[in-house]
Amino acid sequence: MAGGVLGEVAAPARSIDWAASLKEAALAAAVALVLFLPLIGMQIVRIEGGTGLQFRLGWVAIGVALVFVGRLLLILLGGRSADLLAAAARPFARLPQLLAPYSLWFGLAGVTFAFVLPFLPFADRYVVDVATTVLIYIMLGWGLNIVVGLAGLLDLGYVAFYAVGAYSYALLAIHFNLGFWECLPLAGLFAASFGVLLGFPVLRLRGDYLAIVTLGFGEIVRIVLLNWYPVTKGPDGLANIPRPTFFGMDFTRNPAEGETAFHEFFGLPYSGLHRVVFLYFLILILALITNAFVQRVRKLPIGRAWEALREDEIACRALGINPTNTKLTAFALGAMFGGFAGSFFATRQGFISPESFTFIESALILAIVVLGGMGSQIGVVLAALVLVLLPELGREFEQFRMLLFGAAMVGIMVWRPRGLLAHREPTIRLHPADAGSSP
Amino acid sequence: MPYFVQQLINGLTLGAMYGLIAIGYSMVYGIIGMINFAHGEIYMIGAFLTVICFSLLGMVGVTWVPLSLVMVLLVAMACTAAYGWTVERIAYRPLRGSFRLAPLISAIGMSIFLQNYVQLTQGATNKALPPVVIGGFVFGDASGFTITISYIQIFMILLTVVLMIGFSYLIASTPLGRAQRACQQDLVMAGLCGVNVDRTISLTFVMGAALAAVAGMMATLYYGVIDFYIGFVAGVKAFTAAVLGGIGSIPGAMLGGLALGLVEAFWSGYFATGYKDVAAFGILVLVLIFLPTGLLGKPEVEKV
Repeated sequence: MAGGVLGEVAAPARSIDWAASLKEAALAAAVALVLFLPLIGMQIVRIEGGTGLQFRLGWVAIGVALVFVGRLLLILLGGRSADLLAAAARPFARLPQLLAPYSLWFGLAGVTFAFVLPFLPFADRYVVDVATTVLIYIMLGWGLNIVVGLAGLLDLGYVAFYAVGAYSYALLAIHFNLGFWECLPLAGLFAASFGVLLGFPVLRLRGDYLAIVTLGFGEIVRIVLLNWYPVTKGPDGLANIPRPTFFGMDFTRNPAEGETAFHEFFGLPYSGLHRVVFLYFLILILALITNAFVQRVRKLPIGRAWEALREDEIACRALGINPTNTKLTAFALGAMFGGFAGSFFATRQGFISPESFTFIESALILAIVVLGGMGSQIGVVLAALVLVLLPELGREFEQFRMLLFGAAMVGIMVWRPRGLLAHREPTIRLHPADAGSSP
Repeated sequence: MPYFVQQLINGLTLGAMYGLIAIGYSMVYGIIGMINFAHGEIYMIGAFLTVICFSLLGMVGVTWVPLSLVMVLLVAMACTAAYGWTVERIAYRPLRGSFRLAPLISAIGMSIFLQNYVQLTQGATNKALPPVVIGGFVFGDASGFTITISYIQIFMILLTVVLMIGFSYLIASTPLGRAQRACQQDLVMAGLCGVNVDRTISLTFVMGAALAAVAGMMATLYYGVIDFYIGFVAGVKAFTAAVLGGIGSIPGAMLGGLALGLVEAFWSGYFATGYKDVAAFGILVLVLIFLPTGLLGKPEVEKV
């Protein structure tokens, strides 16, 4: 989109065809009336002996008026909405390039802040808890970024691997008395195996088929978790999942006979905050490991192959890259990090049920990757901050959260299809002339 | 044996619904090669519009069943079609020619949006519609199992047959159908030959949405209870049906829908009901692996 979009948008002064504009806006308003009248204007209510309707015609009038004015403004301002969007996207188009040289400093500052956060004066239990949630999503985002951002495979069932990780930790810990640290690699391994198991047959498919199959897989995992009562306890979920220990030391007030608790060993007064802070550091370190792994692997031949595959599969085949194996690696690695995050989730909550692993969760993780800019690690952080913190800040907007979330996904795609911070600098340009036109 | 026949009838009814939704997926995929993920929500909106229309007619005082059925059908189809058109105009048209995952992600966003839009405007509770068409034929022996064919099942199957005939005529013998077939073969070339591509695509969405609305109306009449979440599962299943029949092929979509409906009915009849969705998704995976072109589809050639 480089050349055309960045070209001058400001058209020469032109006369506005009022009649046509008004007609166009009226048409939009008429369509809006058809759309809004039944669903917004009438609410189904239960009355005696059947269903009745409650009318809210005022809202319809407001909605239709808004559409009329909005459409008219769009016409008057820029003629075509596409040009307007392009103009609005222009500052953002430069942002990644401007930030690129400083990304190391941004990263360092962010990591330092993350490490000192629990010791800052305002950091109470709530703040650390929310920060832990944000970090879980950042880790999941980074994991999914391997699959979606780097390899370009749209995975709508990522939450299945998260669930596999969570349940494998919970089951291993409950039935075999294994600790968190023994289970973590196993959970990752299980999730990766599921990734291979699913990926092997389906990765030959085209992108959008893959999306639907992964979606189906995510649903299958959830349905099995719901129905396999003897093992998963179905909708009741698994409770009493062991909490993690710090080198074998529990975070309990009264440790079992012959064991030392964390606060006793360090001679601290007991505080419930210790565990929360410990969990925070645990996920912070896990997330940083994920990031370091992704950053390194990007520069390896396999990482280059992922990105090449995303851009053009046929060209990759011609260059002798085996697409199935390459995709499978991405899939398995992404799944593995999902599994890690899942077992962290299980140990943090102490209770898991299939409720936590719905499609909406997959969509949220995907939205974090997509909105942040596919393939951009820092974009994932920003998007996770926005998507997790916004609902925390505006509790009263809770019910609008998912509505806005869906609208944002559409809006960002229309506005910047590659995400907010997508920055892809080609190593070699085919036509050097293009290089001059893009800033 | 009576049990088998009963499941067969139930499966055909279910399959008719899936088939009608699947046509929308198949047509859109055939022309612009994208999965219209929001199509399931369009079906859900059709179901809500049905309840709203029946309630409205009840308040106005129209009680003659055939008249109210026809009126509800027409209004629901028209209004849902407007939703289909708007979705295409807002979320997909600006992305035409963008990179390949963009429309799909936009569609997922649209699907989440529509689901929550209906939840917000209509409330999160189930909506129940009192039975409109009551009764049916009962066959069977005095001693054992009886077979019931309700009037509503007959209505659904007849309506599907009529719609399919009309639809086949539309595709085969009208200028619009010809334009659609041209777009399916080659979008750019069709445009060069004077086909209004944007308009054809819009009308494809309108037609798909109208058929989904019919399916939504059938589901409402058949089950009697709807909620804002029904579109998701129905959408994925209908997509499975479209793939099973060979995506891009309209008779294929109907065939796939019927096959899926039958599988699901027999699965819940003879195996565990809890896993019936697993059966549907499992079929999707198996078909994609072993029969990627579906029953009636043509192999796709990817060109550089």
